[in-house]
Parts: sequence; structure tokens; C-alpha cells
Amino acid sequence: MAITSPEERIWWNERIERGELIWIAIAFCWGIIMFSMMVYWHIEGNQNFSNEAYRISPKVFEQRTEEFTKKFTVREDENTGYPVAKPPAGGDVYMLARLWEWWPMLELEKGQTYRLHLSSLDWQHGFSLQPIGINLQVHPGIEHVVTLTPTQSGTFGVICNEFCGQGHHQMVGRINVVEPGKSQ
Amino acid sequence: MSIATAETGIMGGIAAKFRTCPATGLKVDLAAQSLIKANAVAAVVFLLVGGVFGLMVALTRWPAVHLLPSDWFYLVLTAHGLDVLLLWIIFFEMAVLYFASSVLLNCRLAAPKVAWAAFGLMLFGGLMTNVAVLQGDSSVMFTSYVPMKAEPHFYLGLILFAVGALLGTIVFFGTLVIAKEEQTYEGSVPLVTFGAIVAAIIAVFTLASGAIILVPTFLWSVGYISHIDSVMYKVIWWGMGHSSQQINMAAQVSIWYAIAAITVGAKPLSEKVSRTAFFLYILFLQLASAHHLLVEPGLSAEWRIFNTSYALYLAVLGSMIHGMTLPGAIEAAQRRNGYMNGVFEWLRKAPWGNPAFSGMFLSLTLFGFLGGISGVVLGTEQINLMLHNTIYVPGHFHATVVCGTTLAFMAMTYLVLPLIFQREVIWPKLAKIQPYLFGLGAAGISLFMMGAGTLGVSRRHWDITFSDAAVSFDYPATAFLMMGLNGVFAVVASLGGALYILITVGTVLFGKKVDSKNIVAALGPMPQRQVSSAIKEYGSAGTWNLPGTYILVSVFFVSFVLYYFVNWKYLSEIWPLG
Ligand code: HEM
Ligand SMILES: [Cu+2]
Ligand SMILES: [Cu+2]
Repeated sequence: MAITSPEERIWWNERIERGELIWIAIAFCWGIIMFSMMVYWHIEGNQNFSNEAYRISPKVFEQRTEEFTKKFTVREDENTGYPVAKPPAGGDVYMLARLWEWWPMLELEKGQTYRLHLSSLDWQHGFSLQPIGINLQVHPGIEHVVTLTPTQSGTFGVICNEFCGQGHHQMVGRINVVEPGKSQ
Repeated sequence: MSIATAETGIMGGIAAKFRTCPATGLKVDLAAQSLIKANAVAAVVFLLVGGVFGLMVALTRWPAVHLLPSDWFYLVLTAHGLDVLLLWIIFFEMAVLYFASSVLLNCRLAAPKVAWAAFGLMLFGGLMTNVAVLQGDSSVMFTSYVPMKAEPHFYLGLILFAVGALLGTIVFFGTLVIAKEEQTYEGSVPLVTFGAIVAAIIAVFTLASGAIILVPTFLWSVGYISHIDSVMYKVIWWGMGHSSQQINMAAQVSIWYAIAAITVGAKPLSEKVSRTAFFLYILFLQLASAHHLLVEPGLSAEWRIFNTSYALYLAVLGSMIHGMTLPGAIEAAQRRNGYMNGVFEWLRKAPWGNPAFSGMFLSLTLFGFLGGISGVVLGTEQINLMLHNTIYVPGHFHATVVCGTTLAFMAMTYLVLPLIFQREVIWPKLAKIQPYLFGLGAAGISLFMMGAGTLGVSRRHWDITFSDAAVSFDYPATAFLMMGLNGVFAVVASLGGALYILITVGTVLFGKKVDSKNIVAALGPMPQRQVSSAIKEYGSAGTWNLPGTYILVSVFFVSFVLYYFVNWKYLSEIWPLG
């Protein structure tokens, strides 16, 4: 029994049941398949996590985001007054996280590929693009560059999904995606 | 009472007080017995406190109820995580370690004084951290990610708790050494003790990681260290946080084996296979923190893939093996008990009225189907992009740590009460339904949190309507429905939890004393009642054809494969990124 010493002292020489052996073989192969899937997706899949990241001081990141925003702001959001930046298709895009906002709002074109730069000025935040379902951790002091290609047009929310203090649930940003050549 | 029947004699070399267990004939060191009791009682008290917090959290996340204001919500959520995940589980595990070493090996406990010091430190540390949280300036969640800062005594309490747990683990190892030297058992240690050894070895690794990260964080909180790297913190913190889940795994699997042995007389199908499966946990734990860091900037893809899969999923292999050998051992035992008809008579005629058995079987099934499958899917490098930090994550781990570990510990309690506390469980009728009620509630909250998570609902979030946010966002109506259902099942789980606590406390205080006449009956309904003779039969299950088990694991495997690939399909539909 499981709560008493094994009957056969030399239990490691026991014969293993066929049924058990088959199950072990199946489970082992399944593990290899699951492992290979992750490697395969890096080669053939389109949704992968970007490894491009740099150390950066929050000040410098703030500056760059401000420059970016100044350069590309096309209008202010009616309800909130947030600047809406519309960078040229295929370009670099900045969004910063701080207590408790994502800044600025972005307007992107469907089907174009952008390099999105993310970083935090204070604590950790969670970039959760909804309802698409892309979730990235945003750290202070690290600039993360993600290549992103919107394939749907519409209005998308950026929810903060890393707990960041008392205003965590107020931290919502926005990305608009428009048809190529149009604006909202 | 125990003292009345206690004898003084030589036990493991040194004079110790012990009593002889009327059910098993094992000698029970009274010092070990008191320590098991103390740790179990502390565990249950923290489950009560933490469970009340859990209900408050769930009621706040039920949009129609929205119980707490936001600052209280984050405070209570921090306390909930700490009290249930750390205090309830680890106190109970200390009791399991003392049981699996001293009681099962028929040996005195190595150093009862040290074990009491360990208990004291853990209690003191646990209370200190609770005080810090309740004071209000340490609502940082139990993960306390830097650079968010808690009060120094928040970290100090955790450190003291960890030191205490480490001391207790050392007493466990000491007891093993004594038992070996004094030959209090023959041959190898029992499988359950083997599982406990695995848990304890992982615990040492875990507590070391905890010290490496919490000590500097404490120094940072009092101002001696100026900076702690936020990614490094997570790598090491989860070296503690996740490895400790592997301790739970080893402990709960040991308990499954123990309950199966006691209630239906199950023997491992093969000692070799089951022990190797346990051993895989130690070998392939690797940097188990990786699957918490799949969307963290600055860690290489190779590192993440290798470590999230625990090196090619070999630790998952260990769990999948247990997932077959456990029902297999039960089926073999039940067939030996005479339930030979058809494919499933052994299962139908299992002692479903015995809360130890039903709790164990529910724990095993829910853990495998809900917790295990969702965990592997969630820990897949790219799929994690879709689900990271959504409420899918708490959904997954309530399936592992509530449906799995907590329910297993509850089930074990129904045996510990008669065997160690020497009391007959009061209200057997209520005890009979308790595991079902709690299992239903726990499965419900797991499923509905996972459901809401697939719709993007964030974890640790006070307001999914974003009513006081500058920028608006609307979740689909289904998400609200799921969070409401989560609240409903949270109430069911809480009823089940409250019943458990009432029964346990009531039994300890008012239960009928157990002696050689009623001990067997006190263990609850069982298919064969000759516990003591059954326990003297050693060895493996022998050759049995196990059609029922083959069907069960096939259903499991097919569900696993389907769910796994469905999620890859969902992933392929989101915006390309890289
Ligand atoms: C009555 C039973 C319980 C209910 C109703 C419950 C409910 C919940 C809910 C709704 C959350 C919040 C999810 C979020 O907003 O992120 C949560 C978090 C959590 N629960 Fe439970 N829970 C229960 C029991 C347990 C038990 C027994 C454990 C551990 C053994 C546990 C461990 C946790 C942990 C670790 C968290 C995460 C806290 C955090 O995100 O910092 N829960 N629970
Ligand atoms: Cu935030
Ligand atoms: Cu946040």
C-alpha cells in the first residue's frame, strides 16, 4: 500500500504493466509535440512575443513619446482631450504607461505594420489590447518594441491588467484602427 | 484521551511518549501528534479568514453586487492571496510532513522543540504580514511586484514565515534520518512518505529563492538598497511562487495515494513508475518561474520555451503518470474488493458516501481536467499572449489550488480527525455532502473566471465597467454574465468551506472519542472494513486489467489535445505580432 513500505524490497526491478507503459509513451510523445509546437510557431506562426527590448531611463522614454506625439497628433479626442497620434503607415509608434493612463491615443491603419514602443514611467503596468486579446507586461526602465499589424478596423481599448495601485481600474487607453487612407 | 493510553518507551533510539494507533498498530509519537494538531488548526483558521476574504472579493467582482469600495477590494484581495495560498496551505503541509515522517515511519519526531519554534515563527510571521496588510499601506497583492512598495513588516513577516517553514522541513529530514538509523521501517519508505520527501526537497529550493528575493526587498523597503530590478524580481520571486505550487502538487498527490490506500485499500500499480513520476518533479522543475514571465520584455525566447515546458514537459509527464496510476490503483483495489462487473462497477460502487474518498476523487478529477489542462495551455509560450493577467489565470489556479490542493487537504482531514485528533466526525450526513458542495462551488468559480478571462476581463480589477475612467471601454455582456455566475458559485464554495470549518472545529471540540472499538467506523464507509489487515498487506497491485481507467485517461487525453489545439486556432486569429 501507498502508506506502507513496498512489499518487494527491490521494487525498482519490478515489471511495469503494459497499460502503464503505453500511457507513459503517449504522454511523453505529447510533451514532445507540445514543445515542438512552440518552436514551430516561431518559424511559421504570425503571433510571437518580440524579444526586442532596451534599457532606457523613464525620462528619456517620456521625452521620445512626447516628441512622437507632438509630431503626429492629428486631433484631440472629443470626450477626453487626449491627443490622437497618427504616425505614417509602417513607422515607429510610442505609447507610455504611467499612473494611471496610457498616453497618447493612437490611430493606425488596417493592414499596416507598426513598431510599437512600450514602457512605463513608474510601476509595472499591463498592456491588454481588448477585445483582441494581446497582453504584454510593461516595465519601468525597459523599452519593449513590438511589431504589430492590425487586421481589423474599429476602436480598441488598452486596459491595464497589471495591478498598479489605487487607480488601476481607471487606466484605459485607446487605439483606433482605420481603413487605409481614411481617418476617423 | 491520548495521554491515558500513552506509553513511554524507546522510539527511534530515545525515550519518547507514544500511543499505539488502534487502527494501524503504528506507534504515534505524542510530540508529533501535538504538532500535527497545532499546524492543522492554524491552517484551518487561516482558511476561514482567507475564505471570508475570498468571498468578499468574489462578491465585489460580481457586477450586480460590487460589495467593497476599491481600496478595500485591493486590500482584501492581497489578504486573500496570502492567507489561503501561503498560510492555509503551508501550515497544512507542515502537518503532512510530520505525519508522513513520524507517523508513517513509526518513529519519534527528530526535534519537537525546533518544530515548535518553527510553528511559532510561521505563526508570528503570518500574523505580522496580515497586520501589515490590514493596516492599509501594503495592498500590493501577495506577489508584491517592485517597484510598488509595501511596509517593511509586510516583507519581514513573509521572511519569518519562510524561515519557520524551512526549520520544519529540517525537522522532517531529521526524522527520516532517525527512522533510517533506528530501522523503524523495513526496506524503502512508503510511497506517501516518498512523495513528502519530494515536496520537502522542492521546499528547500523554494525557500532559498524566497530568501534571495525577499531579504533584499525588505532592505529596499527600509531604504538600505536603492533599486531592485523589476524583471529580476519576478524571475526569482516566481522561483519561490511557482515551485511552491510544485510542493502542493507533490503533497496533494501523496494525499491522493494515502486516501486511496486507507479507504479502498489501493496499492500503487507499480512502485517504480509512481516513484519515478514523483522524482520527475525534482529533476525537471528547472526555473519554474518561466511560465509567469512569458510576456516579460528582455527574456530570450529559448529560455522561455525551455523553461516553461519544464524541459520538454517532463514534469507534466510526471503528473500525467499519476493521473493514470491513481485511478488505476483504485480500480485494481476495487476489483480486488469484489467489484468485478463491467467496466465501471468499481467506480459506481466506490465509497462515495465517505467524504475522504469523494473529496479525493473530486480533487483528482477536477485538478486534472480543469487545472492541469488549462495550466499547460496557459503556460504555452505564444498562447500566453492571449491570456496573461486576465482573470483566466485565477480561474486556472483556483482549479489547481482550490479544486485540487484544498479539496485534497479537506478530504484528508476526514481521516486526520479520527486518526490523530482521535475524534469521530460529528454530523456525518453533512460531512458526506461537504466535498460535493465545495467541489461544485470551486469548479464553478474556476470555470467562470476562465470563461471571463477568454473574453479579456482583467484579473485584480475593481471595476469592469470603467465607470470612473477617463476613457471608456465596454466588455461584452457575456463577460458580465460570467462574473455574475462566478459570484453565485463563490457563494456555493463558501458554503462548502464554511461547512468544512464547522465540522472540523465541531469535531475537535465535541466529537466522540475514538478507541479501538469505533476507530474503523470513524474512518467512514469503506468497501472492505479490515483496515488493519489491509494495511499489513504490502506491495504493488499485481496484474489487473483496468478497462475503466483506460477509458478515463483516454477521455482526459482527447479533451487535452482538443482544448490545446483550439487555443492555437484562436491565437492564429489575433493580430499578427512579433
Ligand atoms: C470560498 C472560496 C474562494 C473564493 C470565492 C475565491 C475567489 C477568488 C476571487 C474572485 C479572486 C479574485 C480574482 C481577481 O480579481 O484577480 C481570487 C483570487 C485568489 N485566490 Fe481565491 N477564492 C477562494 C478560495 C481560495 C483558496 C482556497 C485559495 C488557495 C488555496 C485561493 C487562492 C487565491 C489566490 C492566490 C488569488 C490571487 C490573488 C491575487 O491576484 O493577488 N482562493 N479568489
Ligand atoms: Cu497600470
Ligand atoms: Cu494597472
